[in-house]
Amino acid sequence: MLTLPCPCCGADAAEIELVPGGEAHLKREGPGASDEAVERYLFERENPKGVVLERWRHAYGCGKWFLAARDSVTMEVYGTYPAQTHEPPQEIRDRIARRHPDWAQGA
Amino acid sequence: MSTRLAKGGRLTDRSKQIGFTFNGKRFTGFAGDTLASALLANDQMLLGRSFKYHRPRGVVASGAEEPNALVGLGQGARFEPDQRATTTELFDGLVADSQNHWPSLEFDVGEVNAKLARFLPAGFYYKTFLWPRAFWKHLYEPVIRRSAGLGKAPHPEVRDIDRYEHFHAHVDLLIVGGGVAGLQAAKAAGAAGAQVLLIEQGAHWGGRAPVDGGTIDGMAAADWVARTVAELETMENVRLRLRCMGAGVYDHGYVLGYERVTDHKPGAHGPRHRLWRIRCKQIVAATGAIERPLSFAGNDVPGVMLASALRDYVVNYGVSAGDRTVVVTNNDDAYRTAIVLKKAGLAVPVILDARPLGGGALMEEARALGIRVEPGRGIAKVLGGKRVTGVATCLQAGEGSVLEEIPCDAVAMSGGWSPVVHLWSHCGGKLAWDAENAVFRPDPTRAPTGADGAPFLGTAGAASGAFHLSDTLADAEKAAVAAAEALGHAATAAPPQAEAASEAALLPVWLMPQGARAELRMKAFLDYQNDVKVSDVQLAAREGYESVEHTKRYTTLGMATDQGKLSNINGLAVLSDALGTPVPQVGTTTFRPPYTPISFGAIAGEARGEIFQPLRRTPMQDLHESNHAAWEPVGQWRRPYCYPHPGEAKRDAVNREINATRQSLGILDASTLGKILVKGPDAGRFLDMMYTNMMSTLPVGKCRYGLMCNENGFLMDDGVVVRLSEDSWLCHTTSGGADHVHAHMEDWLQCEWWDWKVFTANLTEQYAQIAVVGPNARNLLETLGGMDVSKEALPFMTWAEGALAGTPARVYRISFSGELSYEIAVPANRGRAFWGKLLEAGRAWDITPYGTEALHVMRAEKGFIMIGDESDGTVIPQDLGLSWAISKKKADFLGKRAQERTDMARDDRWQLVGLETLDGSVLPDGAYAIAPGRNANGQRNTQGRVTSTYYSPTLKKGIAMGLVRHGPDRMGEVLGFTAEEQDHTDDKPTLVEARIVSPVFYDPEGEKQNV
Amino acid sequence: MSDVMAPLDGARFDGLVTVEALPAQGQITLRCEVSDDYRAKLSGLLGLAFPEPRKAVSDGDRALLWMSPDELLLLLPYDEVPEMLARLEETFPNWILLAVDVSDARAHFRLSGAPLRDVLSKLVPADMAPGAFVPGDVKRSKLAQVAAGIWLRGPEEAQLFCFRSVADYAFRVLATAAEPGGEVGFHGT
Ligand SMILES: [Zn+2]
Repeated sequence: MLTLPCPCCGADAAEIELVPGGEAHLKREGPGASDEAVERYLFERENPKGVVLERWRHAYGCGKWFLAARDSVTMEVYGTYPAQTHEPPQEIRDRIARRHPDWAQGA
Repeated sequence: MSTRLAKGGRLTDRSKQIGFTFNGKRFTGFAGDTLASALLANDQMLLGRSFKYHRPRGVVASGAEEPNALVGLGQGARFEPDQRATTTELFDGLVADSQNHWPSLEFDVGEVNAKLARFLPAGFYYKTFLWPRAFWKHLYEPVIRRSAGLGKAPHPEVRDIDRYEHFHAHVDLLIVGGGVAGLQAAKAAGAAGAQVLLIEQGAHWGGRAPVDGGTIDGMAAADWVARTVAELETMENVRLRLRCMGAGVYDHGYVLGYERVTDHKPGAHGPRHRLWRIRCKQIVAATGAIERPLSFAGNDVPGVMLASALRDYVVNYGVSAGDRTVVVTNNDDAYRTAIVLKKAGLAVPVILDARPLGGGALMEEARALGIRVEPGRGIAKVLGGKRVTGVATCLQAGEGSVLEEIPCDAVAMSGGWSPVVHLWSHCGGKLAWDAENAVFRPDPTRAPTGADGAPFLGTAGAASGAFHLSDTLADAEKAAVAAAEALGHAATAAPPQAEAASEAALLPVWLMPQGARAELRMKAFLDYQNDVKVSDVQLAAREGYESVEHTKRYTTLGMATDQGKLSNINGLAVLSDALGTPVPQVGTTTFRPPYTPISFGAIAGEARGEIFQPLRRTPMQDLHESNHAAWEPVGQWRRPYCYPHPGEAKRDAVNREINATRQSLGILDASTLGKILVKGPDAGRFLDMMYTNMMSTLPVGKCRYGLMCNENGFLMDDGVVVRLSEDSWLCHTTSGGADHVHAHMEDWLQCEWWDWKVFTANLTEQYAQIAVVGPNARNLLETLGGMDVSKEALPFMTWAEGALAGTPARVYRISFSGELSYEIAVPANRGRAFWGKLLEAGRAWDITPYGTEALHVMRAEKGFIMIGDESDGTVIPQDLGLSWAISKKKADFLGKRAQERTDMARDDRWQLVGLETLDGSVLPDGAYAIAPGRNANGQRNTQGRVTSTYYSPTLKKGIAMGLVRHGPDRMGEVLGFTAEEQDHTDDKPTLVEARIVSPVFYDPEGEKQNV
Repeated sequence: MSDVMAPLDGARFDGLVTVEALPAQGQITLRCEVSDDYRAKLSGLLGLAFPEPRKAVSDGDRALLWMSPDELLLLLPYDEVPEMLARLEETFPNWILLAVDVSDARAHFRLSGAPLRDVLSKLVPADMAPGAFVPGDVKRSKLAQVAAGIWLRGPEEAQLFCFRSVADYAFRVLATAAEPGGEVGFHGT
């Protein structure tokens, strides 16, 4: 049972107060995109063992979506951050790098 | 025989007699007894039968690790199987029954299985019942079902009459286990300033120390326990909870605690069990250790018990398990039992110590009491069937040649102690093999880690493998200091001074004697409940099972209700020996929560009966109830399916409601429809992305039917969108879809187009919404008065705001039935009164409330699709003839690109058509249209299926919609559909013939709704 | 007006705590990006301070509850809602702001009694401890299986709100949790 701090309202949210939303930072592919790009966007997910960037909604709280950087093996939370961004903030990337020096977003 | 001693029993109160029954026989015990101690006091050693061979089983242990003494407890609405007698506190009127025997505990037919034991080795079921397949249905399954299961399930019609509840607690430090280690840890952490919750599974504080002796701070352990508990009770930051087990530890410091609130006083006011859902920052597991049995032939005969248990029964309850007890051990601790028994006036004919040189100080103390000690010896086999009558001794180093037969009626065995590492392991803590003590203990360098990446759980005392009293307390102090420091409190370790006898090293003994012959190994039990023997594990190894996890499943070792608390280490040591692989490499099986079984009631908590799940109610719900509605679940709503008159069948009621509506006037409670307000300068642009249609161009005052797809292109929801003002729209969704659609909109606004200026609000429950339908709908509204609802003022697909009969209302001129129809939204608090006004004013036209089934039929008659019937998550709007609702002008909308994928664009997708049976009957729902030939799996090919099907009282025949390959191009063609009851192996299926027709069965020109 | 019927209006359960369903409560949802101008104008209009995150401010029969970074819930007498909506419109002309009447969408309950925190802890996963939940706080969490907001109005009094369709469920679970005999004694009384 995860507990994640919601960066939107500041409350510590229990997993049962959250709704998961899958992988974060997907790039939307719309009309005009190639079949390969659409396939990647709709169907291909990494689901890595280790660092994951994921979407969560504080559904039983402030109702806002936020993003979390987490380790899928150790459950360590490197940080949560607002959804209105294309990459985790530097501070969180630094924290990830301390555990996983070779990690790169989307790699 | 087992009996109550003349005196003793530190936990019992001999002034309070308690009556109870076992297998219908009346017994008495004392307050403070467990069911097990009270039964032993009455010479009831035989308590049940084992699972596989139905061998006689007696009490082995005195606590949570007990594998044998499982009983059915209580009767009727309080009956519960598989309750451990050793942890059941005795209460007046307790009723218990033994399990797994027929016809009686003393004489059991299933015992014949035991005679066949050599034909029922490990993996027997897997090997024997594989083929032929046809035997499963008539032979194997009935036999297995009759003999399987432990205990008997409560009667299916009986309802548990007790209450259960949950409790969410947030604490800084949770300490699990109220022995001296847990108490010391609580004291130390509490003194450092931490907020502490200390829970203990049993009814008493202090754990084993008061039985095992030794002194702490110069006082007897029991006195120290009493003093420490009293101290803790005065500390404001420390909370204590008895009868509350730490059942499981999960990610981020989430712990389940299982409190047995009134098990010991059934019928008392209050919940029976309380499930604690604890979120803590730090955990100290002071969960103690469990004594291991020794594996010798006949170690399962009633009367063979753990050495510690025999001593517990004497010291705690004043009960002796036997008059003459042989002690067999590989360590010093068992000598404590011999000493206790001897001092209680009981005979201890011999201590068989497997170690060639015997033990240390405790051995000397035993010898000084006149007890015979035989080093280097073990038990070749136990004599006796339903009860121990003696032991045959042998050299531990030999093959089991009998040296001597010694009469006795009890055997106290000890194979050493294993730390209870369950909680440590639940959340990822790793174990290290401690060769000196022959135990797996927590490896402090690989502790469970939490959200911050730092350890959040430590063990204290015997759970760490610190067995000696002074080590136990020092380790507890250390764990408490570490936890307090992790919580930001300064603390220094100052453990109390403890003294206890020093102990000589143990000798790992996994089989007794070391070279036991096959016939002895076949009687040396590892898992008492599941009847797994040393020979079974060895056979598994010979058959190639190298992984301990596979061996567990193949032999069922450790898979019984005790989850291998006694058997695991012994079993894997036997496996290690058979494989020639060291124990640490063989490893352990996974420890999974709960530590001991917890009740279903506790898991369900308050969620039962009427509050099993939330049932959503519209403002008019109680009116529907008093109007005797039959219900249809729609999400968590319960909508009226129809309103049968007294004696009227549901299908007749549906037909009546449809006819009344089409001919005169009907009303429907449509409050469950989702209503989402979307407002802002970018709202139009946003809705153009949400819907396949163009919504930005919808004029103020108008309504438009819209389709919503997900990014995969599949139809997700539909509903009427209303333009309220220049910058605001109200989006109606399906009844089940409101929350999902609102979340979906917020997702895109917050995570993709976060710079768009749009706000949404879910107004679903702000309004009571009522559909007024039928040729007299306008007459009714005009009678109510207050608004101009004429064709000119309020044409089809427009809306107006005002008041009807004094009730503020928004009126939408929309129709899902094909009739003249208005949907009226009024403030929810006024919905009940407004419904009443409609019924009152509608009498003139015989107004008829109709339910969801009439709604569905009338929709289907018009060929309108239903989300969830015609769509199922694989259907795109183009499949449903809804291309007209997909804007060609828009550059983009959600799902547009996906609808261009080759699979979506191929021309042989199944498409919507109407279907009419040739004989007028109603097609079976979900029936498939058969095509010639069979597919690669040998199944018949198909070319379509029925998506919704009804009897139309309007047309007086069955009508249906379905998806058919090239359907719209095949009008008039007749297809064969599978009939209701089908045997799919039959080559000549019964088919129902139906013709492909237009899906619009009623008023195709829309003349009726446009009046 | 007699036509107005709040969910379970008047329902009451006396147990470990008293649970009362409150009469119709005026409620306005306000959504707007927060700026100094917005704070000042809103405070000026309402005569209430702008609430801090996860807090409520109140004065008499009016209260302003912080719901999310861009959402507030204004509580006021039921009959005053239309006029207040008009005044909001005047105060914020052409603002990107959503102000909508939700008075009928939610049910409100008053919970009072010493074991308030223990009773709520049976149903609510959020921390109800005195140090984590002080009077003036608003917690949005779960009440058993439904979403609920809890405004702690005093040491032993809370106002709980949920969607009206689940008012009956909320009342029943609260009454079950408050059933005598279920004393826990965790948060102290
Ligand atoms: Zn939040």
